[in-house]
Formats: sequence, structure tokens, C-alpha cells
Amino acid sequence: MTKQIIKLTVNGEEQEVLAEPRELLIYVLREKMGMKGPHVGCETSHCGACTVEMDGKSVKSCTMFAAQAQGAEITTIEGLGTPDNLHVLQENFKEHHGLQCGYCTPGMITRAHRLLQENPNPTEEEVRFGIAGNICRCTGYQNIVKSILSAAAELNAAKEAAQ
Amino acid sequence: MKDEVTRDDRVANLKGLGCSRKRVEDARFTQGKGNYVDDMNLPGMLTGDFVRSPYAHARITSINTDAAMALDGVIAVLTAKDLEPLGLHWMPTLAGDKQMVLADGKVLFQGQEVAFVVAKDRYIASDAVELVEVEYEELPVIVDPFASMKSDVVLREDLDPTAPGAHGPRKHHNHIFTWEVGDEDGTNAVIDDADIVAEESMYYHRTHPCPLEPCGCVASMDKVNGKLTLWGTFQAPHVVRTVASLLSGIEEHNIRVVSPDIGGGFGNKVGVYPGYVCSIVASIVTGVPVKWVEDRMENLMSTAFARDYWMTGKISATKEGKITGLHCHVTADHGAFDACADPTKFPAGFMNICTGSYDIPIAYLGVDGVYTNKAPGGVSYRCSFRVTEAVYFIERMIEVLAIEMNMDSAELRRINFIKKEQFPYNSALGWEYDSGDYHTAWDKALKAVDYEGLRKEQAERVEAFKRGETRTIMGIGLSFFTEIVGAGPVKNCDILGMGMFDSCEIRIHPTGSAIARLGTISQGQGHATTFAQILASEIGISADSITIEEGDTDTAPYGLGTYGSRSTPVAGAAAAMVGRKIRAKAQMIAAYLLEVHDDDVEFDVDRFVVKGAPERFKTMGEIAYAAYNQAIPGIEPGLEAVSYYDPPNMTYPFGAYVCVMDIDVDTGVPTIKRFYALDDCGTRINPMVIEGQIHGGLTEALAVALGQEIAYDDMGNCKTGTLMDFFLPTAWEVPNYETDHTVTPSPHHPIGAKGVGESPHVGGVPCFSNAVQDAFRPFGNRHTNMPHDHWRIWKTANDLGLHD
Repeated sequence: MTKQIIKLTVNGEEQEVLAEPRELLIYVLREKMGMKGPHVGCETSHCGACTVEMDGKSVKSCTMFAAQAQGAEITTIEGLGTPDNLHVLQENFKEHHGLQCGYCTPGMITRAHRLLQENPNPTEEEVRFGIAGNICRCTGYQNIVKSILSAAAELNAAKEAAQ
Repeated sequence: MKDEVTRDDRVANLKGLGCSRKRVEDARFTQGKGNYVDDMNLPGMLTGDFVRSPYAHARITSINTDAAMALDGVIAVLTAKDLEPLGLHWMPTLAGDKQMVLADGKVLFQGQEVAFVVAKDRYIASDAVELVEVEYEELPVIVDPFASMKSDVVLREDLDPTAPGAHGPRKHHNHIFTWEVGDEDGTNAVIDDADIVAEESMYYHRTHPCPLEPCGCVASMDKVNGKLTLWGTFQAPHVVRTVASLLSGIEEHNIRVVSPDIGGGFGNKVGVYPGYVCSIVASIVTGVPVKWVEDRMENLMSTAFARDYWMTGKISATKEGKITGLHCHVTADHGAFDACADPTKFPAGFMNICTGSYDIPIAYLGVDGVYTNKAPGGVSYRCSFRVTEAVYFIERMIEVLAIEMNMDSAELRRINFIKKEQFPYNSALGWEYDSGDYHTAWDKALKAVDYEGLRKEQAERVEAFKRGETRTIMGIGLSFFTEIVGAGPVKNCDILGMGMFDSCEIRIHPTGSAIARLGTISQGQGHATTFAQILASEIGISADSITIEEGDTDTAPYGLGTYGSRSTPVAGAAAAMVGRKIRAKAQMIAAYLLEVHDDDVEFDVDRFVVKGAPERFKTMGEIAYAAYNQAIPGIEPGLEAVSYYDPPNMTYPFGAYVCVMDIDVDTGVPTIKRFYALDDCGTRINPMVIEGQIHGGLTEALAVALGQEIAYDDMGNCKTGTLMDFFLPTAWEVPNYETDHTVTPSPHHPIGAKGVGESPHVGGVPCFSNAVQDAFRPFGNRHTNMPHDHWRIWKTANDLGLHD
């Protein structure tokens, strides 16, 4: 199948990649761009392990063609903090035991990151609804919800202090 | 000097037993830097993909691979004919049966592996799968084990119908085994003469562990040095190495099996699957690495399912409610091949723990395993070898007996609990329970939820419902469970002949830090965090200075792996024992350095001190350094040790759970108002991790009880092959849980720990189910089968006339 050039910005870096029209975004990210944080869990959009941020929205990269991401700006877990300076969400997931096997974690944190952009001060119910597209088999969600609420409080406190 | 380090500071610095140490795994996982098998990308690596059967039972008349082979980028297409000369078209199962690697003449379940395509990338492999032409001739399909036992249709034509199977005589060509424990005649006599007898039949439906990461592997045969490396989602990497060696004929030292990070297992990743065998063969044939990773549909349709037990019980009691006998028969649907993952002598796992937490003087269990046209498996989904089935059975029988006697089931449980002073307790079906204090746990749980108040509220709700003031009824689910975890001992338990011990090896470095390796493998349990805590307390080196490694058979000592909650009871014990070996040598070194007799020094947190002179001491750091730089008479240099631990008995964690649920009778939607879980797992290593395990196990229990199932239609089509149909709860459906505990240490475990990862699942399933059934009890419900999805709950309400 004829390949086409896809230009996209991943974690702030402009990139060009050759892909067939049928190639899924998740495989291009994982196998051609080395972004192995997003995972494949179901290939039907149910589990959210493949969640990335695209042009300000959470998307499931396992049910999108890479070609649909032409010109898009994408953020994956790799773009949310560095080893020396973890994102507040990453810190809080560690602090509140918001993960176990780690397979859902990149998608979950990426989704939570978007959620807090959409709603910086969510209630517990809003967090639960907001992450309902991301399945975790290990934690029972209780500590994930706690991690996200705690991160939100921390981000809001920092914002207030800055004002 | 105010900043003097106190003894408490030194204890805290260890981050040892009992503290909620943060997990060391989380730094990489939160940054997306885990290393799962699908993350591997080796130079020249090929992709494998399966052609699978659309039929549940059919003869294969031809397979034509020409078109697939002609596709650019396709390297090979393997069929049973290609594997036969190697003797690999069939493979042994963990249950003493054998299983087709690739369909040999016929297929026996939908989704069965028929051919293995090897291609340059996943897209070409998928295209080629479509191009393989397989002609089938349909055969009659059997999906019901009772029908199977009466059918003339022979499912397993490869077996001699008159010859005994791996577990004794077979009654019918579709029968696998009969397993009996206890005294059937004696039990029947007691039941026949009893004041009260309750009988019930229940189906514990087929479901699936469904870890978020599916199964997969990368096989790499290095033809230059003759070494095979196999990375994969293995809960028991060492056993996989032994099996790979026995199957392939490659000597075991030339095989290296590695479990990298595993994205959840829950029993699904214990077995050996055709994908592993085909990947190995493909790598041997092509000389390059071959990756095979299944997709979700393949995972749900073909890799190991759980449960599928049809259970019939009779329980007898005196007029006062004292249980006198228990009879249980199970018809076990094992699917097309008996691929249960149980210790060899236990074809129905530890189902004979079905007397539960109760002092039942006489009992009998009979299990008949049966073949059907369904996927093989029968693994323990977040439980220790069929304990979930056993606990569900007894906790339902208790409820049914309470209904029969018109009494409160909490009180019925209390009357029958094994008493604290009866431990170690020998059960009627042959187990020795190590320790327990059930009454204390039960009283604590009932008090915490104000049980009497709940019953009053429920009675008021029933009245309000009858007056037409509400359409919501209330259920109070109770369960009290006893788990049996930590297999071995070796004398009872083996997998394919390998005794179920486990191991730990530790090497203390000169500067006082260490690396320890174990025969287990974490799939999210946090071993790198918690095993280091055990070692820290035993050795006196901070957990932060101890690296834990597992899963690489070239470096880790042999062990039987992680499933059945055996890591803490067995490998955790090995860790404690290896720590004591280190301490024994450290004591001699310390005594030499302090110029006193060995007996004149004693261990204190992180050092050895001279008895009666605590100002004279050597820290573990100083001792480690001395071990490498001083010639100490009579003592070898270095500081390392290994321990292989064969547990004297299993451990018996227990717990008391209460679920309060509202049910909308018109929609069938249950709402969990409250869930209280008291767990007693003996000595607690890391309370934060324990709590996390309980949240997760309860959520998997909620899933199984309230909707998750692998269902088939009459043609053997799997109706639940995607996450569209297979229920995995989201954050929206799951409540916040209240956790609590008591501590009754195991008397035989070196640190008294019992294991906890599976307890919440084992106790949770009956608790959720009992809540649903209890809501309908005032309206005449006795028993309805799980899963209690909205439709089935609505149907129960409808059957009881609640919509009239």
C-alpha cells in the first residue's frame, strides 16, 4: 500500500513519518516514533490504555488512523514531565498508590491531565465520570480518584499562590 | 547535640516491615517507561499472527497457504503438518492432558489456532491471515457439559475412550476425571437423619481474568551460540523454561526465559499457549526474533478462562442451627482440552476448602470434569486454585440454610465458625487451617456497619416498598471467607512435577547495599517494594538500598512463580530465611571485629551490638565492608546467601465483608451504598499496598458478580469476545471501599504473613452476590445465578411478581 508522509507535532517536536493510510496512530507513535507510553489494550476504544491528547482533546489512538493526525499536536505521557521534574499528576499517582501494574497508567494520567484542563476543580463524581473511558484492572480506581483530586488541589493552590 | 539518631529513627530509616513505603516501581510506570513485552523491538524482528477457527467443532478438510505465502513480506505459514515432524503439533497441558498447538485434523472450539503466519510486520501478517484458505466440515457442537456426558459425539478422538486419564478412570468419552474427597456414605447418613436439610444447585459462570495487557512473547533463537531467549507475559517464567526445554529438546541451560514488566495477570498468564510454541518454532526456522502478541478478542476467546462450575449442595443442621454435614457435587466444564492450572494432585484445585470457615464434622466433595466445545483453561482468576468457587458455594449454602431455618445468616455463621482455640484445625476434607480468630473479626465487622441498624432499615424499606412508596429495595450482603494460599508444600503440590517451593538469593555489596533475586514475578503487586521491606527488617539494610529483581531465569533462582497468592507465603518466607542466613554470618563478622565471642553480640535494627554495652557496635554497612576486605579466620569472604523455601503448610487468610446495596426493581440497576472489608492476612508488610490489593480484588469481584461472563450460543460462538460485551467496571460503577483488619499471624511462616492479593476477590464475589439475593429474600428469593447483570436482576424482580 502506498505510504504517505504525515507531519505532526509530538510532545512539542515537529516530526515527519511515513505510514500507510490504514496504519493506526497508536502503532505509528509506538513503533515509528518510540513513544511506548501509550499501550494497546482492546483495539475497540473501550479501555483507554492508548489515550493521548490531540489538539486539546483526549483521543484513543488505537482507533484513529495516523493519517487523521496530519498536522495535529499530540501529547503523550512522555510529554508530561521529566525524570527530574515529574508532573504533579505523576507525583500524586506515586504518592497515593494510584497504580499497580502500570499498563493503564500512561493513558490514565494523560486523560486526567486533559480532564483537569477542562475542569480544574472537579468533584469526585466528575473525576469518576471523566475517567470512565479508561479502564484499570488493578486498583479499583479509589486511589486513582484520590490521586487526581489531590493533584487538582495542588495545582489550584499553586495557581492561587502565583496570583 | 539535638540531632542524635534515635533507635526509632533507625527503625524508620529501614523502611521495613509494617510501613507504607511508596512503591519503587512507580517512577518508571508513571512516566510511560515500563518495559512490557510489546514494547520490545529487536533488529529484524518478525510478527506472528494466527488463523483461527470460526467454528466450535469441525473437521478440517484442507488448508491452502499458497495465496498467503505469495504475499510480499510473508516469511512462513505454519500448520500442524509443519510442527508434526518436531513433535510440536500437540503440547502437554498443566493438568496432565494434551492440547493442539495448531489444529490437527479438527477444531474443538471457536477461536482455536489453525495456522501461524509469520510476516515482516503486523499489517502484512493480518493480510496473510485473511489469505489462508481453510475448508471445514461442520460437526455437532456441544456447549453443555451435562449434554456432553450423554452425547454420542466424541469430542476428543485422539483419546482412547476406555483408557484412564491423568486423574483416573473416565466414565464416558467426553468425561475427563472424577475427583472425590471425604466420606460420602457417612455424609449421606448424617444428612438423611438430620433435623434440617437445605439443598441448592448453583452455576458459577464462565468468566475470564482479562488483564489489561494481553498475552504475548518474543522468541529469539540465536543460531550462532545455540541459545534461545524467550521474553513473555509469564507468571511462572522458570516453569516455562523447563517446559520449553522438554518440548523443544533444547537443553535448559541454552534457554533463557524473561518476564519483563507484566500488565496484570490474574491467572491468565500462568499457562503455556500455542502462540509461545509457534513463536519459538518460527524463530528457530527463520533465525530471527519473532513476536506474537494477541489482541483482546483472541485473549477473551482462546486464552485461559476461569470458573464454569455447576455445583449442587446439601447442607444439614440441628434445630439450633449447628451444621452437621455438607455434600457437594460439581460438574466442571473444562472446554476442549483440560488445561486447568492446578497442582498435579488436585484436578479441581483446592475446591475441597468448600467447608469454608465453619466447623463441619463430616463432608464430601465429588467433581466430574467434562469436555465441551469451548476454549480450554480453568485457571484461578485472582484466587488460589478454585477457592473462589469453594467460598461462593459455602457462602451461598449458608444463606440458603438460613432461609430454610428462617434465621439470620450472620448468626448462623457465628454459631458455626471454627473457634479460635480449635486452631490448628483439621477440616473434614483434609486441610489443616493454620490460625484464625473468626469470631473477633465477625463481631468487629458487624459492629462497624451497625448490622442491626441495617436490618431494621431494610425491614422498613420492605414495608415502604409494599406500601408503594419506593421502587428500590435494599440488600445486605454478608460473606466470611477463609482462603488457602501459598502452595506448596512440595510433598503435596507440584506443577508438571516441579515441587512448589520458592526462592530468594541475596548479595550484599561492600558498601552496604544489596541486590536480591526471587523465583516469583510481579504483575503489579509491587514485589520490588515489599520484598525489600522484608529483607530490610531481617538484615538491617534500608529497603531503599536493596534492589529486587525477578523474572530472568538466567539470573534469578528457580521458583514456581506468582499466582495463588503464593509470593508472600512462599518467596516472602524465602526472603526472610535468606536474611537470617546473612545475619548469622554478619554476627560472626561483627564478633570478630568487636573482639568478642559470637554469642556476646546481638542484632539491633541495623547493627550488631555487644550485649550489655550498646555503645560498642558494628553497623551492617561496616560488617558488609569487612566481609570483603578483611581476612577473617574461618570465614569465607563475601556476604551472600540463597534460600529455597518449602513451606510446611499453606496459609489461611480470612476476612469478613459486608455490602449494602440498593436495587431499582424496574431497571434492575444495583447501586452499592457501602462496602466494608475486614481482612486478616497475618503480619502486614505494607498497609498501603495491602489496601490497594483489596480495592482491586473487590473490583474484580464486583465485575464477576454483577455482569462479567464468557457466554456462548448453542453453536459455540463466543458472544463476549470484546470489551463491548465483556464487562470490565469503570470508575463510574465502582464504589469507595472501607477497609479494616485484624492481625492473626501464621504460626509457621517466618514473619507470620499470609498473603492477601486474592482474598478480596474470593470474599468479594459471594458478598456482592449475597447482597443482590438478600434484597429479594423478603420477597421469596432463595437463589439466583450470577452474573447479576441488570437484565437478570430485573428478571428476578419480575419472576417474584414485583412488577405486578
